Amino acid sequence: MSVETAEPLVRFEGVHKFFGENHVLRGIDMTVRRGEVSVVIGPSGSGKSTLLRCVNLLETISAGRIYVGDELIGYREVNGRLHDLNVKQIAAQRREIGMVFQKFNLFGHKTALQNVMEAPVQVKGKSKAEAKARALELLDRVGLADRADFYPAQLSGGQQQRVAIARALAMDPELMLFDEPTSALDPELVGDVLNVMKDLAKTGMTMIVVTHEIGFAREVGDTLTFMDAGVVVESGDPREVIANPQHGRTKEFLSKVL
Amino acid sequence: MSSATTGRTTTSEAGNNRPELIKAVPVRHPGRWVSGVIIVLIAVAVLQSMFTNPNFRWDIVATYIMDTLVVQGVGWTLLLTVLSMVLAIVLAVLLAFMRQSDNPILRWSSWFWVWIFRGTPVYTQLIFWGLISVLYPKIAAGIPAGPELFSFDTKDLINAGVAAVLGLGLNESAYLAEIFRAGLKSVDKGQVEAAEALGMRKSKIMWRIVLPQAMRVIVPPTGNETIGMLKTTSLVLAVPFTLDLTFVTNSLANRTYLPIPLLLVAAIWYLVITSVLMVGQHYIEKYYGKGVDNLSPAPVKAPTLKAPARLQGEDAE
Repeated sequence: MSVETAEPLVRFEGVHKFFGENHVLRGIDMTVRRGEVSVVIGPSGSGKSTLLRCVNLLETISAGRIYVGDELIGYREVNGRLHDLNVKQIAAQRREIGMVFQKFNLFGHKTALQNVMEAPVQVKGKSKAEAKARALELLDRVGLADRADFYPAQLSGGQQQRVAIARALAMDPELMLFDEPTSALDPELVGDVLNVMKDLAKTGMTMIVVTHEIGFAREVGDTLTFMDAGVVVESGDPREVIANPQHGRTKEFLSKVL
Repeated sequence: MSSATTGRTTTSEAGNNRPELIKAVPVRHPGRWVSGVIIVLIAVAVLQSMFTNPNFRWDIVATYIMDTLVVQGVGWTLLLTVLSMVLAIVLAVLLAFMRQSDNPILRWSSWFWVWIFRGTPVYTQLIFWGLISVLYPKIAAGIPAGPELFSFDTKDLINAGVAAVLGLGLNESAYLAEIFRAGLKSVDKGQVEAAEALGMRKSKIMWRIVLPQAMRVIVPPTGNETIGMLKTTSLVLAVPFTLDLTFVTNSLANRTYLPIPLLLVAAIWYLVITSVLMVGQHYIEKYYGKGVDNLSPAPVKAPTLKAPARLQGEDAE
């Protein structure tokens, strides 16, 4: 089944977000299909990271709806009224969604292996042996089998980010969110992380990637969305959008980053 | 770097010749010698006076240092220190968690507790706990305005030892709560977000992710507080609790009219215990420093055949 015909996995419907008086998301409508790699670009402050963080409830939206699968994110709708989810239900929704952060956020007091094992054991209740076997397999997949017993502080940024990807994958999420995964890396380490993400895309993982890596968007992305000032300016096939941007703001942004 | 002026150099030319290492004549530091000599002279003078001045009465110190009453006093002092600190640490963790809670009632009660127990002298609090049986002769559990389930005479439940531990522990918990709060705040917010994104529950995030990393910041000042507590136990005569090291050595001094050697006995014991506590602290710090302190960077390995080709660039750096 090609991505174009697959069912939608993530739906943003009229999503708004206010931080106090600051209106950072101004009505986002967007769909991500199952298996799609959806790349979001835009200048800083455009709201792209906030949009991503709303999907797994690191931020709550002020208006609109976000669905992942059939589930409304963050709320329960009863007779047309929204009820907040309790902590248990929120945790359950997050379990299905992996997130990779700009600053890696590996647990500093745990080794690479322990980082990857933590959630399967503590959240899913897997046995340590089972979690360890799976963690080693994932570390191998991101090319870091020989770094399993090192602490994050002993690893380069690129290695840390690859461990962070393995950690998110260990929960077997149906959706992966990448929040500028290569922005904090030295230039020569970016490639390794992007390669891991490319491999992941090939396995059919649904991914929303906020990034400045236009090359990645062109090569791996199924759709490219350009955001500015809290709205989606344009969206479409990455090669189309990059080669032939329709809007002035997209043109201007691409001319700066390309 | 040299390529700018001399043109391109290749690694094989530049890397193979081992250079002659620099052997420079070091700068002289006469000030270090002068200050060293002065300090040694002072130290010799002090030591000499300690051994030659008969008023120190080292013979009496030797007699009493292992005296049964004194050693028992050391035991009670240690017991008071440990129990008060355990009580204080348990309460402080709770108070620090409460202070970070989303529940405003918990936040305010934590603040209020710290305000009361930090805001009044520990001496006053110790007297207060000593007098609790005067204030509440009976402690009863029951339903308010309903039947009583059980009751105790307060003076049976809270004897001098319990009153001392309560007085010291509750007072200390207020200080430790602030230390724990500072520790929790020192952990990067990204750690919590990463754990939340993995679907971990709040209590697990606290116990497994935040607190272990906060301990790195919490342990040194807590060690400080423990050593402080060791000496604060000398105030328990306010309860009155009369078995601790200071009280015992004071009463021996009063009995023998030899205050100086008995003060030395007490001082030596406090110093010994403090030293032992410092060793313990060193190991606790080492444990909680894992992943941060004393780490060597991962060894640089030549790319192995097993590693996928695309990863060699980084592994080889």
